[in-house]
Amino acid sequence: MTLNFNQLWRYQDDFLHGIQMTLTLTLIATVAGMLIGLLGALLSNNRLPAVRLLIRSYVEVIRNTPALIQIFLIFFVLPYAGLRLPPFEAAAVALSIYMGAYSVEIFRSGLASIPRSQIEAGQCLGLTRFQVFRHVILLPALRNIYPSLTSQIILILLGSSLASQVSAEELFHTAAFVESRTYRSFEVYAVVCAIYFVMVLSLRLIFAGAERIAFRWPTRR
Amino acid sequence: MSFVDIKNVRKSFANVEVLKGVTINVEKGEIVTIIGRSGSGKSTLLRCINGLESIDDGEIRINGEVVHDKATDLRRLREKVGIVFQQFNLFPHMTVEQNITLAPTLTKRVAKGEAARKLAHEVLSRVGLEQKIDAYPEQLSGGQQQRVAIARCLAMGPELMLFDEVTSALDPELVGEVLKVMEDLARQGMTMILVTHEMNFARNVASKIVFMHAGKVHEQGAPAALFANPATPELRNFISSTH
Repeated sequence: MTLNFNQLWRYQDDFLHGIQMTLTLTLIATVAGMLIGLLGALLSNNRLPAVRLLIRSYVEVIRNTPALIQIFLIFFVLPYAGLRLPPFEAAAVALSIYMGAYSVEIFRSGLASIPRSQIEAGQCLGLTRFQVFRHVILLPALRNIYPSLTSQIILILLGSSLASQVSAEELFHTAAFVESRTYRSFEVYAVVCAIYFVMVLSLRLIFAGAERIAFRWPTRR
Repeated sequence: MSFVDIKNVRKSFANVEVLKGVTINVEKGEIVTIIGRSGSGKSTLLRCINGLESIDDGEIRINGEVVHDKATDLRRLREKVGIVFQQFNLFPHMTVEQNITLAPTLTKRVAKGEAARKLAHEVLSRVGLEQKIDAYPEQLSGGQQQRVAIARCLAMGPELMLFDEVTSALDPELVGEVLKVMEDLARQGMTMILVTHEMNFARNVASKIVFMHAGKVHEQGAPAALFANPATPELRNFISSTH
């Protein structure tokens, strides 16, 4: 077998487009998913049992079924309910919902990691509930969940390749496309694999840098 | 009416009645020390005074305002009632200055920036820790952290301060510096209610001692008289056990 990467050069723009779409998909799912997660976590000890049940069901259903099926449901089944989303949008919605379910659990553990006494100290200083959340709970909680949250974001980036199955034009979709044109399967997937690797590695470096800037206070070790 | 008026307060946790009708009056400028065995309800009572705990019966008034009334603005009330905890409860992600100025700036008592830093400096000088203004809590000793917690309270300009076993979590050699700060406050006329196991401090600084036993005020009075002539065997036992 002889390797031939030269043919791939012509598809530079397709790869770039794929990378861009993969990153966009990841960004949308991360931001939307984290918002869902934060809201869900705040609601998960709501007074109303119905609200708690709703959050619990959401988390369990999403976490215990394949992401691919969730994408299929949104793309193929939702149209029967009158909502027809283009592939990319369908994938973005599905991945956001997926990220949301994991984020609920992550944020919930973050909120639970802040001792009750910290909240009381805030209350005793005359702060509102929101002020306590914003100034007393948020940053220390984020620091505690930072490793699991960032791993989850990376899993979303890698998992966004599933979107290719509904022909959303992200990086893995590009790979399939280029492969069908060139028949250089090994070369194509080796390149795409390397691109994913570099993207994730860069993301990890960014996360590590951000951690050092955002969480500067010393802790007991 | 007294400045702090605690009348017939009852409080249960699940099936256990922790406070069984407690009545205590505190006048402005008084230093009231609550002593008693653990489990006698001292800390619970303190937490009821600033509304951290609800009560089942009775009434607590601070400066005439009913603490557990739904119409009472607890937040505004708490700006006047500071509490210092056994475990300091400083915010670990903030410097000493930020810890102190967070509430005063959020509640709009002082402007951010220069004025806030000045306030931090001023209250820190009252606890002798000006030089630690930019440190993080984790970089301070227990005694220093507790003094910052007191300074954080002072920054709100409280009219009443509650101290919940503030020296119990400290190494013995650090207890003195915290007690000294509290003595200074007492001398400056601060109204204080404190739960403590420091009998010498109670004896020397308090204007009134309240001995709690089994959820009730068992005995109360001026420290000299109370320590010299305990009327009940429970207090006699308690005093002899603390020596």
